[in-house]
Parts: sequence; structure tokens; C-alpha cells
Amino acid sequence: MIVYGVALLSACLVVGLFLGELLGSLIGVQANVGGVGIAMLLLILACNLPWFRPLAEGAPSAGIKFWSAMYIPIVVAMAARQNVVAALDGGLLALTAGVAAVIVSFALVPLISRLSKPSPERSDSIQGVE
Amino acid sequence: MEELVKVLVSNQLIFAFALVGITIWFSYWLSDTFTGGRIHGSAIAISLGLVIAWVGGVLEGGNKGIADVEVLAGIGIMGGAMFRDFAIVATAFGVDIKELKRAGIAGVVSVIAGVVVSFVVGVVIAIAFGYDDPVAITTIGAGAVTYIVGPVTGAALGASSEVIALSVAAGLVKSILVMTGTPAVARFIGLDNPQSAMVYGGLMGTTSGVAAGLAATDPKLVPYGAMTATFYTGLGCLLVPSAFFLVIRALFG
Repeated sequence: MIVYGVALLSACLVVGLFLGELLGSLIGVQANVGGVGIAMLLLILACNLPWFRPLAEGAPSAGIKFWSAMYIPIVVAMAARQNVVAALDGGLLALTAGVAAVIVSFALVPLISRLSKPSPERSDSIQGVE
Repeated sequence: MEELVKVLVSNQLIFAFALVGITIWFSYWLSDTFTGGRIHGSAIAISLGLVIAWVGGVLEGGNKGIADVEVLAGIGIMGGAMFRDFAIVATAFGVDIKELKRAGIAGVVSVIAGVVVSFVVGVVIAIAFGYDDPVAITTIGAGAVTYIVGPVTGAALGASSEVIALSVAAGLVKSILVMTGTPAVARFIGLDNPQSAMVYGGLMGTTSGVAAGLAATDPKLVPYGAMTATFYTGLGCLLVPSAFFLVIRALFG
């Protein structure tokens, strides 16, 4: 049943967002802390647990894959509901601050990426050298 | 005509599915016909969405882009946080846990560095534009973090509504630039594997920006970037109005 997959996905999101809210109020922040990220981890976990696996295989998985495939259309709708006028009305200060923050952050991606563990092939060759 | 409007208004979300479908079809046609597929169809669709949002904002004077037009309100539901989060979580289906672990410390560092760097950049720009009040400087810096951290910080510190509006605008500029700029710079910043996608998500932090930026670059990377980005706004709301404000007040108070 396709709906089982959709239900698993919904349950992960609701539980994740709830935990994110709890985490937020625990540290005294007016925001959901990592709710979506926690929900993603829950889904990954569920797909790897024997208990839940029937919900993530065969027909039920089609319910999850459908929403995964709807991601780009949803993002296009999200773009169409942004407050673009306010962004442009913010004037030079808002424009400069936004643009500068993005450029500096982009520049840091390759630097911080170096901290990740190398991919298996590379670590093998390093061990070979040692 | 009256009948048509009635049907469209009472079936907003369904109508939105049709409209978004047509927009995406048109974008892929543009991509194939005029760029030979070099500029990705989804990148064009997202840019087109932003242009449509601007038109909506000019027509209606609201803050939800084209979704403020009554018959198009379904776009607002479809593109709202509920469906966005639902679809983002769905993309995690099939994520490789090993890839997540491999980014490990880099993912954590990227979120912290992202908040600090964007804040510092915002602060420097605010000072360059002549602001000398610690509350205003901190609020504008917070806006450079995300357009949620800006108003949260401004409200907590009692900033003027003009400064809060500025901080929201800075955050919106950031989010829109991440959406449109990511596919263009992806090659130069090595954004082509799950680990760098996690670092990218953590550094940029704007959920909508990262969501759209990665969608237009490589949809396979979406779950990795979204995973770290989702912790960014929370960390910003925690650090900026507290620790960062104290530092700014000590420096400029």
C-alpha cells in the first residue's frame, strides 16, 4: 500500500519537527532547531531497521519516491512566493550585506570540505604509502 | 468568468500543481531550445519563479510574491514550509549513512563557521554604511545570517522596525542569490559530492536558498545540503542575540 510509505514519511517529519521545537525551547531559542534534519535522520534510520523495512520497499516506497520527485516542483512554487520586492527594496545596504555574505560563504566551501574524511579509494592509497 | 474564478479559488492547490507543471515544462523547453541544455531546466524554472514572485509583489504589494493573487494562492500552499519540509525529508530516502559520517566534523564546523562568517560580514557592511548603535549593527549582521535570525534578533534586542526591515531584506537577498548563484559557482567550489554539499548547506544556511540552489545544481546532493542547513537558523537564533551581541556591545557600545 502506497499510503504506508507516505505515512512513514509524515510520521518522520512530525516527530522530527516536534523534537526540533523541544530542542529549541530547551536552549531558549525562538526557532525550530534542526527539526527537518532530525526527520531526515529518522527516515534514513527507519529504512535501515528490519521492523520498518517493509514500509520502505516495494509499493510503499513509491509513496516516498513520489514526494521526493515532487521536490523540484515544490521548490519552484517556493521561489514564486518569495518576497522578491522587499529584497530589492532593501536598498544598497541590504544588497551589499546579502551579496557579500554569500560570496564569502561560497569561498569557504572548498576550504572546510578538506576537513571531511577522504573517500575510501583515497584513504586506501594513503595507507598504501604508509 | 465568475464560474472559472470560483472553481480556481476553491481548488487552489490543485490549480497550483497544473501551473507549476506548465512552468517547468516551459523552462525545460527554454533550456533545450536556447541553451542546448547547458543551463539546467530547473535552474530556469526557479529563476522564472522568482521573476513571477516579483511581478506578484508589484501587483499586490504583499509579502508572499505571486501567492498574494487570490486565484494563485495555491502556489503559496504548495511552496510553503509544510510541503517544502515534507519533500526535503523525502529526498533523504536512499541517502547513504556512510556518506553522512564521512563529512562528520566538516559538517559541524561548516554550520558554526557559516553563522560566524555571515554575521561578521553583515556587521562590517552595517558599520561601513555608518551605523554605530550596537543593537542596529547586531540586527543587520543577524539578517546576513538568515532572514529569520534577523527579525528574531531585532525583536529580542528592541531594534527599530526600519532596521529589522533592512535585516530581513539582507537575508532575502542572500537567499535569492544562493538559489540563483549556486549552479554557476558549483564547479569552482567543488560542489559535486555529498561531503562538499553538507559543507555548503552548513555555510549557506538559508533552507530555501540551499534547497533551490542544490535542486538546480544536482538533485542528488539535496538531502546532504539540507541536512546541515536545517541546524543553521537555530544556531543563529541562539548565538546572535546573546553571545554575538555582547561582543558587538563591548566593541562598539
